[in-house]
Amino acid sequence: MSFFSFGQSAEIDVVLNDAETRKKVEHKSEDGKKDKYFLFYDGETVSGKVNVTLKNPGKRLEHQGIKIEFVGQIELYYDRGNHHEFVSLVKDLARPGEITQSQTFDFEFTHVEKPYESYTGQNVKLRYFLRATVIRRLNDVVKEMDIVVHTLSTYPELNSSIKMEVGIEDCLHIEFEYNKSKYHLKDVIVGKIYFLLVRIKIKHMEIDIIKRETTGTGPSVYHENDTIAKYEIMDGAPVRGESIPIRLFLAGYDLTPTMRDINKKFSVRYYLNLVLIDEEERRYFKQQEITLWRKGDVVRKSMSHQAAIASQRFEGSAASESALEQAAKEESG
Amino acid sequence: MSEPAVADTRRLNSKPQDLTDAYGPPSNFLEIDVYDPQIVGVGRNRYTTYEVRMKTNLPIFKLKDSCVRRRYSDFEWLKNELERDSKIVVPPLPGKALKRQLPFRGDEGLFEESFLEERRAGLEQFINRIAGHPLAQNERCLHMFLQEESIDRNYIPGKV
Repeated sequence: MSFFSFGQSAEIDVVLNDAETRKKVEHKSEDGKKDKYFLFYDGETVSGKVNVTLKNPGKRLEHQGIKIEFVGQIELYYDRGNHHEFVSLVKDLARPGEITQSQTFDFEFTHVEKPYESYTGQNVKLRYFLRATVIRRLNDVVKEMDIVVHTLSTYPELNSSIKMEVGIEDCLHIEFEYNKSKYHLKDVIVGKIYFLLVRIKIKHMEIDIIKRETTGTGPSVYHENDTIAKYEIMDGAPVRGESIPIRLFLAGYDLTPTMRDINKKFSVRYYLNLVLIDEEERRYFKQQEITLWRKGDVVRKSMSHQAAIASQRFEGSAASESALEQAAKEESG
Repeated sequence: MSEPAVADTRRLNSKPQDLTDAYGPPSNFLEIDVYDPQIVGVGRNRYTTYEVRMKTNLPIFKLKDSCVRRRYSDFEWLKNELERDSKIVVPPLPGKALKRQLPFRGDEGLFEESFLEERRAGLEQFINRIAGHPLAQNERCLHMFLQEESIDRNYIPGKV
């Protein structure tokens, strides 16, 4: 967002050095619109140029300093005044003085820590942005440029299946099983529902993905539940001994990784909700939490050294390490 | 790491179903019919009773086949008992039709054929909905309503 007031004598904009090559991703804004932003990973350097353009060349522009900041912050919608900054870096580009012609300043934030993933939710937003400012006595000239950060993980060491027997005494007993407890965002949930006892008249069965966003602490905790997906897995009445398969492809849904207690401000968790509906529209359900994580793209030989560090950061893996070696060899060779 | 590029979507292993389970009668058979309205009594003190016949294979019901006669106020009694004692949301009964009890109507009032049919259908829907509810099945009032000759209004409420 840029602030342009009447009579501004200068324009300021920020351009990244790798704007041509860096990947852009879609990210939903607060009002639901989708826009494209440059994608960064933890540990990557953010570098570029700040262009200060004078509207009337020849007319001097006095200023109290020119700077650029890299900010990572959490905004709670019900508490807009307080932004919680968890990353805040500044580079001074120019000391107080004056500019007589349009100028360009280089900047580099080296190996910036970006510990959390960008998130826009119902009550909270976590964003990263560059903010270039020409400080002036009455009103600053400011330009913000949002970027999107993804946090990557590798295949977890331990990924047990979820298997449980639940029911209502003497009426309905089922055993449900999901093949994993941790799924990546393009994964497939493979499972089954086995009917041990059916003394009610079931009409159909579905599995829902529910996203729960929790914001706030102590007495003022807000939970926002959102049903992201409803997927019918059975139509008709089952009997004892029947096994209903589940095959749910996650790539088709708008999901984020599980975010637990981010900076002690919010959480985003996902649940599978198994729902059985009987002939009288009564609903019987069982909710189960799953962990979602983001898998890095296929490790290509030309993957940049920095992104290789980033993808290895959470859980070490042989594949990432060899890619790292390969990238190091290519860069030095 | 040796994770495949394409996920394994094969079905999980499951026990084969026993053929008697697959082709036998389902364990959830429950049918209740409300029919045969009969007018009882004389003059101003007449009322209608309906036959309530239940067929089931649910073990929670003592009788697999039962037949009783009930009137509208019995259904009301059942609804009140369930609303008080159980946690369920009790479905609505067909209307009380107080206007039909007033004199000087052009038709048969409470004993009008079309009205009786409407009421019969509503009572049938009501009792089927209730009887299939796992929580209602635990209530003694339901079992007494469906399977005992007469309703003892001084019974001790409780769970089966």
